[in-house]
Amino acid sequence: MAVVPDAPARSIAPGERRLDLAAVLKEAAIAGLIALALGFFIIGLKTDTVPGGLALKGRWDWVAIAVAVVVAGRLAIALRRQMRPQAASARREEIANRIADGVKTFARYAGPALVVMAVAFPLTPFANRYYVDIATLVLTYIMLGWGLNVVVGLAGLLDLGYVAFYAIGAYSFALLAIHLDWGFWVALPFAGCCAALLGVLLGFPVLRLRGDYLAIVTLAFGEMIRIILLNWYHVTRGPDGLSDIPRPSFFGLEFARSPEEGVETFHTFFGLDYQSLHRIVFLYYVILALALVTNFFTLRIRKLPIGRAWEALREDEIACRSLGINPTNTKLTAFAIGAMFGGFAGAFFATRQGFISPESFTFIESAVILAIVVLGGMGSQIGVVIAAVLLIGGTEVLRELEEFRMLAFGAAMVAIMVWRPRGLLAHRDPTVRLHQAGAGGGSPP
Amino acid sequence: MSAAWTMETAGAGDWPAAPSGAGALLSVEHLTMRFGGLIAVEDVSFVAGKSEITAIIGPNGAGKTTVFNCLTGFYKPTVGRLALDRGERAFLLERMDDFRIAQHARVARTFQNIRLFPAMSVLENLIVAQHNRLMRASGFTVAGLIGFGGYRAAEREAVELARHWLAKVGLIAAADTNAGGLPYGAQRRLEIARAMCTRPVLLCLDEPAAGLNPRETAELSDLVVSIRDQERIGVLLIEHDMGVVMGIADHIIVLDYGRKISDGTPEAVRADPTVVKAYLGEDDPDLPDPPGGRDGGGG
Repeated sequence: MAVVPDAPARSIAPGERRLDLAAVLKEAAIAGLIALALGFFIIGLKTDTVPGGLALKGRWDWVAIAVAVVVAGRLAIALRRQMRPQAASARREEIANRIADGVKTFARYAGPALVVMAVAFPLTPFANRYYVDIATLVLTYIMLGWGLNVVVGLAGLLDLGYVAFYAIGAYSFALLAIHLDWGFWVALPFAGCCAALLGVLLGFPVLRLRGDYLAIVTLAFGEMIRIILLNWYHVTRGPDGLSDIPRPSFFGLEFARSPEEGVETFHTFFGLDYQSLHRIVFLYYVILALALVTNFFTLRIRKLPIGRAWEALREDEIACRSLGINPTNTKLTAFAIGAMFGGFAGAFFATRQGFISPESFTFIESAVILAIVVLGGMGSQIGVVIAAVLLIGGTEVLRELEEFRMLAFGAAMVAIMVWRPRGLLAHRDPTVRLHQAGAGGGSPP
Repeated sequence: MSAAWTMETAGAGDWPAAPSGAGALLSVEHLTMRFGGLIAVEDVSFVAGKSEITAIIGPNGAGKTTVFNCLTGFYKPTVGRLALDRGERAFLLERMDDFRIAQHARVARTFQNIRLFPAMSVLENLIVAQHNRLMRASGFTVAGLIGFGGYRAAEREAVELARHWLAKVGLIAAADTNAGGLPYGAQRRLEIARAMCTRPVLLCLDEPAAGLNPRETAELSDLVVSIRDQERIGVLLIEHDMGVVMGIADHIIVLDYGRKISDGTPEAVRADPTVVKAYLGEDDPDLPDPPGGRDGGGG
C-alpha cells in the first residue's frame, strides 16, 4: 500500500472518505472566533499619545485581516488533513527521525570538528571584537549548560535556581581577588569549591523532593541568593555591585597598554603592538578551555559508577535503593559537581566583565540555561552546544528584528517542543557495550 | 564497619534453629507493621534457610509485600526483629536503611510492578547493580577520573558477571538495547538478573511469574531453582501461581489478614485445613487441595 503513487491515492481518497465540509467549516469558524477575541484587544485597540493624554484608536481593518488569515489557514489545514488523514503526521514523524539520524551521525564527527573550529576561530580574519565577544558569551552558556546537564540531564533533578551557583562563583572570585589580591587561576578553584559547598547545602533539604516540588525549592533558592547579594551591603556592596575586579593574566603577563611599574605586559613580552583584541581572544581561549574541561569531565564521569548511578537515580530511585546505591550521596555529588562548574563559569564571568552586580543573576538566566539543556536534549553534550549557539547566538543575530526578537525566539522554542519534545538530540548512547569488537571495558571518551 | 546493626554471630545463640537443619539465613520474629490504625502484618515469625526457596503465599492484601518491604528496609517495622545471619556476620535488618541492607547485608529484591532503568541499556542495568563494588574500584570516582588501571579491570569483571547472568536469562542478544523496550517477560527476567548482580545472600522475588505465559513461567521456575542450587543462596518468593509455588518451594508460609496461618513443607501446607479455608472461604472436607494446587506445573 505504501508504494501506491501519490496522485491516484489522492483521487481515491475523497471518494472513499466523504469530505465532511460542515466539520471543516466549524473548525475554521472556531479558530476565527478565537482570533477575533484575541485580536480585538491585542491588534484592534491602539493607544496614541495626543495632546492632553492618551487616545484609544481602533484598527478594525487589521483585525479583519488577521481573522481572515486565521480562518483561511485553518481551513487549509483542516481540508488537507481530511484529504490525507495519517499521511501528514506519519511523514512528519519520518522526517523528524531522519533528521535525528542525520544529526546523530553528524554528532559523532562534529565534536572533534567543532573543537578544531573553536580553537582556530580567533585566528581567522572574521575574528573581530564583536564576533569573538559573542563567541565568548556562547561558550559561557555552553559551559553553564554542560554544568546544569549533570544535574538535570543525568541526575534528573530539575534545578530552576542554577544561576545561584553562577552568582556564588562570581562573587566569591571577585571578593577573593579584590580583598586578598588573589589571581584568577588561584581563586578559580576556590570559587568552584564555594559553589560546590553551596550546592551541597542546597542539596540537603531537597533530598526527598522530586520534579515540580524540587523545581519550586531551587527556584526559591536562586532568588534567595540574589536577594542576599542585594542586601548584604557591607560585603557585596548590594545594588552598587563589585567593580575593579582584576583581569586574568597570561602566566603573569598583564594585558594592558600602560602597566604599572615593574609589571611586564603581554605585548611587550612577545614584541607585539598593543591591541585590545589580545585580551578578548585570551578570554575566549580561557572559557574554551574551561568548557572543554567541563565536557571532558562529564563524558568521563558518565562512564564511571557515579555517573551511571545518577542516570539510574533519574530512572528509578526506589530500584536504586534496592541495589544498595546511597541516594543521599549520589544526589549530593550531582548537586555539588553541577554547582562547581556553575561556579567556574561565574568566576570567568566576573573576571571578563570586571564588574558584577546582582542584576546579572536574575531568574531569566536560570531559565535560559535550563532552556539550553532541555532544547538540546537532556543529557546530550552536543545538543547543548547546538542549543546554546541557537539561543544565544540566535538572539544576537536577530538583534536587528528589535522587539520581534523575543517573538521569533518564542516561536522557535514552541516549534522545537512540538516537533522534538525530548530536545533536538535526545539520543542516548549506552556507556558500556557488550557486543563490540573487543568487547569489555568502556571505550575511551 | 561494626555499626549498630551488626552483631557477633557467637552472641546470638538464642535464635530458633531452622526447621530443615540447613542453618537459618533469615529469622523473622514477631514482625508487626501498623499503618496508623491498619495492621498490615501482625506478629509474624518465620525462618528461611540457606539455599532454600521459601514461598510466602496468601490471598490479596494478606501482607506479603509488606513483609518484603520490611525485610528490604523500605518500611521500618513497628515491632519485631529481622535477623540475617551471613555466617561470618549477622545483621539486624530492622535497624538498617534500605540501601545499606542491599549493600552490607546483601538482600536483593525484585518488585511486583517491574522497576528497571528503562532508558538505560540492559547491560547498564546490570552494571548499576554492581555500583558499590565499582565505586570502591574507581577510588570513589577520583582515581577513576584520572584513569587508574584498577577501575578498568573491575569494570571488565563487572561486565563478565553481567554477561554470565544475561546468558542465564537469555538476554545476551539484547544486551545493548534499552531495557524499557524489552517484552514484559524479558523485563521480569532482567530484573532477577539485576538483583543477582548485587551478589546477594538472600533474594526476594515479589510475584516474579505475574503476567508471564505458561512457557515463560516454566522457564522462570527453572531459573529460580538453578539460582538456589548453583549460587546456594536463600530465595524468598511471593507468588500467586500455585503451580510454581508447589513445584519449587522447599518451605511455604501462608499469610491471611496479616497473620501467619500455616508454615511447613508444600505437602503439609496443601493439606492444612486453615489454608483451604482461607482460600475458599469455608472448610470443605471434600476439597483437600487448595484451588491453585490443580494448576499443574504451569504447562
